[in-house]
Amino acid sequence: MTRRSLALHLAILAAGIAAPFLFPAHAVQFAVFWVFVLFSLTWDTMGGQMGYNSLGNITFFGLGMYICAIVQIGLVYNVGEYTAATGAIKVDFTDQQYFAGLALGLVLAGVGAVIVAAILSWILFGLRGPYFAIGTLGVAIAAAELTSAWGWVGGGSGIAMPVFPGGPGMRERFFYAACMVAAMLCYLFLRWLYGTRFSLAINAIRDDEDKAEALGLHTARYKMVAWSVSAFFLGIAGALFGNMTGFIEPLETAYPTLTFGIFMVAMTLLGGKGTLWGPVVGATLFYTLREVTWTYLLGWQYIALGVLIIVNVVYFQQGIMGWLKTRKPHWFGVRVEGKPAASAGTDSRA
Amino acid sequence: MWENLQILGTAPVFNVQLLLNGLTIGAVFALAAYGLALVWGVTSVKNLAQGDFVMMGGYLGYELSRHGVHPIVAIVPVAAIMFGYGWLIYRLIIRRVIQLDLFTSLLATFGLAITMQQAMNLAFGPDVRTVKSGFGRFELFGGMVDITQIRVIAFGLCIALAVAMILFLRKSRMGQAIRATAQDPRAARVLGVNTDRVYAMTFSINAAICGAAGVIIAMIWVLQPFYGIAYSVRAFVIVTAAGLGNFTAVIVTALGLGVIEQYSGFVLGAQFQQATVVGLLLAILIWRQIQLRRHRQALQ
Repeated sequence: MTRRSLALHLAILAAGIAAPFLFPAHAVQFAVFWVFVLFSLTWDTMGGQMGYNSLGNITFFGLGMYICAIVQIGLVYNVGEYTAATGAIKVDFTDQQYFAGLALGLVLAGVGAVIVAAILSWILFGLRGPYFAIGTLGVAIAAAELTSAWGWVGGGSGIAMPVFPGGPGMRERFFYAACMVAAMLCYLFLRWLYGTRFSLAINAIRDDEDKAEALGLHTARYKMVAWSVSAFFLGIAGALFGNMTGFIEPLETAYPTLTFGIFMVAMTLLGGKGTLWGPVVGATLFYTLREVTWTYLLGWQYIALGVLIIVNVVYFQQGIMGWLKTRKPHWFGVRVEGKPAASAGTDSRA
Repeated sequence: MWENLQILGTAPVFNVQLLLNGLTIGAVFALAAYGLALVWGVTSVKNLAQGDFVMMGGYLGYELSRHGVHPIVAIVPVAAIMFGYGWLIYRLIIRRVIQLDLFTSLLATFGLAITMQQAMNLAFGPDVRTVKSGFGRFELFGGMVDITQIRVIAFGLCIALAVAMILFLRKSRMGQAIRATAQDPRAARVLGVNTDRVYAMTFSINAAICGAAGVIIAMIWVLQPFYGIAYSVRAFVIVTAAGLGNFTAVIVTALGLGVIEQYSGFVLGAQFQQATVVGLLLAILIWRQIQLRRHRQALQ
């Protein structure tokens, strides 16, 4: 790690730690920002690095959310009775019960998401290109429909999550910190992963799956592992997000295919897919845009989102990092002979 | 669930009712799926905004009927407007994504779908709407089974449209150009077919068909800005199950899906109707997967 890059990482870390103290009223919004970063990082593992564009990664987010909720409540109460009462039972969790439940719930959310990803990968990875995208979209919609028809977990009316035991303001800071740590761990893990042989293998799958297989790569196994990595972090993010919102229900919070499910794709494409920093940059920009449009263009925000996706995909395919790579190759350690500007157009696929 | 099955067993007339409802709604699915298969086959663009084109056509019909145009008559101007709209969308978006990878077109049309949904939501509000066609209802089996006359007319209209499309593709000069481009765009270009124009025509014709389907939906069912995605999903289910290039199979599958949906809605309950469609999609994909695996055995 060069000194400049170390300084950049430390600056981001410092900003992340300082943010909730500087703007305590916005801690939850900032936490959502870190969840967005995690979203686009995990989507890029599949869509950018491996070339499998999933529209249904949100499944694992909702799955983690529900697993964690069931574990947290199930350790102390009967889940069916709790959800049937829809908040009528006033629940008292002691501090110890709450944090033990949360810790166990987080672990099981991650593990459960990985197990489901492994099963789904057996079913879905035979599909390629747009069929994979549609199949995963189908899985996400089916998960939402089935959860809302399942009475034991509250169906469409959802679950009121256990109340955080700390004082006022503590809850926001706690979950802000948790989301930030989750996103940063995800970043560090992927940073390490992209430096290993594994990333070469999944890049080979993206470039030409048949040739990769012919050269002896066990493509099915690599695809399963890559999806499981995504699923693990998404499951944990879902568990944290559910607790942060305090109330979960299938269509809008747990499996929001048309909002978060699309945001993760839009963010990654905006930042530039197939790069480590692209998703982070994309998430930051998208998050800022979203906050602005949601505040000033209320009612038009989804039109703005749709237009953003169209313009991004149709006219600005390579994303910000891809654009920078062609314009400023020396920033990325690529030495260009002669004038940098002259060679910009020639290697636009890099 | 079992009680519902028993009802079907003891009173077979209910089957007739479900069958009739299923066939009429399936005919509309057939139009949307037919347009999707056409565009998919010719331009290889998978239009995820298909259902929203249907809804837009429905709302245009709704708007015309409020100004005193009978909805059946309104089908013609709506189809014309949607044709122009399709041309515009082709020029702005589709033309640029045809050359790019397949996911790009999927995502671009998804963005289009979101934009259209929200625009309709802003223009007409989230309420469910329907268009009165002013026809009565047929009663069969001494009133045990009834079906609105408009459904019968709608079924006839769908069939007529489908037949007209098939004839257009078989007989007309443009239809032949479209089929040639679908087979081999490069060869078609060499032989003097303006493929860009063919793509534009195909996409606009699809939009027009969707518009007509939308007006029919408005008469026999309901309109809602966010119901479009349901039609898109159904169209995809039908085309994936029937395969491209076989338009008769598309129509038969669409009618079958309509019937299956009515049955599952009756037996399992209405809240499972959407889940059934999605479940069916997954089942088809898994089935294809197993087929492929048998195929790949030779490689391993």
